[in-house]
Amino acid sequence: MNKNNMIEAEAISKRYGQTQALDGVDLEVAAGSILGVLGPNGAGKTTGVRILTTLTKPDSGRARVAGHDVVSEAAAVRRKIGVTGQDATLDDALTGRQNLIMVGELSRLRRVEAKRRAVELLELFELEDAADRVVKGYSGGMRRRLDLAASLVMRPPVLFLDEPTTGLDPTGRRRMWMMIRELVADGATLWLTTQYLDEADALADRIAVIDHGRLIAQGTPLELKAAIGSQLLEVTLASPHDGAAEAIEALSSGSVGISDGGRRLRAPVASEPGLAINALRALDEVGALVDDIVVHRPSLDDVFATLTGVAPSPDEDEETEGVAA
Amino acid sequence: MTEMIATPACFDAPTTLERMRYWFTDVRVMTQRYVIHIRREPMQLSDVTVQPVLFTLLFIYIFGTAMVVRGGGSYKDFALAGLLMMNLTTSSVGTAIGLSTDLSTGMINRLRTLPMSPTAILFGRSISDLLAAMICSSFVVMTGLAVGWRPDAGAASIAAGFGLALLFSYALTWAMACLGLLAASPESAQGIVMLFMFPLAFVSNVFAATQGMPAWLATIANWNPVSAVTSACRSLFGNPNPSSTIHAWPMQHPVMASLVWSVVILVVSVAAAGHLYRHRTSN
Repeated sequence: MNKNNMIEAEAISKRYGQTQALDGVDLEVAAGSILGVLGPNGAGKTTGVRILTTLTKPDSGRARVAGHDVVSEAAAVRRKIGVTGQDATLDDALTGRQNLIMVGELSRLRRVEAKRRAVELLELFELEDAADRVVKGYSGGMRRRLDLAASLVMRPPVLFLDEPTTGLDPTGRRRMWMMIRELVADGATLWLTTQYLDEADALADRIAVIDHGRLIAQGTPLELKAAIGSQLLEVTLASPHDGAAEAIEALSSGSVGISDGGRRLRAPVASEPGLAINALRALDEVGALVDDIVVHRPSLDDVFATLTGVAPSPDEDEETEGVAA
Repeated sequence: MTEMIATPACFDAPTTLERMRYWFTDVRVMTQRYVIHIRREPMQLSDVTVQPVLFTLLFIYIFGTAMVVRGGGSYKDFALAGLLMMNLTTSSVGTAIGLSTDLSTGMINRLRTLPMSPTAILFGRSISDLLAAMICSSFVVMTGLAVGWRPDAGAASIAAGFGLALLFSYALTWAMACLGLLAASPESAQGIVMLFMFPLAFVSNVFAATQGMPAWLATIANWNPVSAVTSACRSLFGNPNPSSTIHAWPMQHPVMASLVWSVVILVVSVAAAGHLYRHRTSN
């Protein structure tokens, strides 16, 4: 075990009924860094956060946060972490200020200190004007900011942010990103789960990709992007053609994925001018009739398609059902 | 935004004395939180203000005109202790639903990741419910006094009657908390609680003397804890208490029976609620 790691998970597994939510995941987060945990809905991201924040016990495996075991030293872990959950973890009937004071007092601050800290945080998160309004009337962005503020009451060295920008508008997201960056500049260690590749890309030092409860890839954003190519080429043919895949492969930096009975082809490609034209020419030469051709930046779906070798499923239910092991 | 994350605050293992102080702080904070809920949520507020007034007026004026109190006396004087108990019993439903709602939101996750005492949630809820019960009782009493209810006993005896009613109400809160913790959702909590609450409030001597009931029902009613507390209140308020001539032990010794019931319910429910809460939140 490395002393510089603030979060260490060793082979943690968790099963809920028929669903293997986590299946032997190993992860380490160095002090003062951000780990971005990527995955679709139902991949096991939230289960991971629940285990590391002492809300759920793992079926097997061990995890340490800030040097304390999450099962046997749960109380010590709770004194070192801040958590911002996916669903609002605030009291709707209380005002923003009352929420922060409550969290402060329950975190062992004296009432005066809790009040002072609440004032600081409301100012920091630009919520002074709404401080004495009931949270029920807050906008999504205000709720997220208050939620993050509540996690920071005790200046915890380790923070868990579970999809902190889901449901926010672009301005709200950018504002949240700015605040997250400043947290790390101040020395915090962050575990950030997200569904957005660009978010992980913008914030994380390292990215871990989880699918069906398994860690399927990890590395720096650069390493991951190299693995999936900087651009994706997608071609839809009028009818399946035998030579098409080969023609595309010559332009690709990886392997060609084929779906829809041979009509749809997708391949990672290096970004270069005239790429679409070159692809069209190559396909025309082998006599393939093209309906549609698109070159775009890889999305999270594409990352999964490339890393797992499975085409992204349009049916979300399939993801949550998971692998019934 | 500098100084947001300072060096981790250093916590040594707290001493027993500190732990006790923390526990009291946690309970106070949670009590304050639930009191704010009562103030800000119209349903909860009306349960302890409007409802007791309406029930009291309705029963006194609708039933009161048609009822003759067995053994003599005015129905208003007879009814008040019963209405007090009915209101306290029905308003305890809020504990189960409120707790169940609390457990179904993300708020409970925030609380569980804080270094607070987990039982403070239950104690805070029960104390704020006791305050609500006091408000509820005073509305019943004020309405009663306004329409002509008069106690006929010393101040100490009357106070003892209310004390007994509130003690029972507090014990009942804990029993309701158990049901709330057992229920899978706030909706099912409501269903389960109603199933217990109705016989408890109505199969009793709250509205009418049990002597007129079929024998088997009268036996149940006579042993219903609500009947014991109602009987105790009637005798401590110096109001007509037809149950005093019934031979069942709780009707002969209503004060003792009320105390025994309250303490037994309280001890069993507090232990069970703690266990259920830990079980409920362990996954």
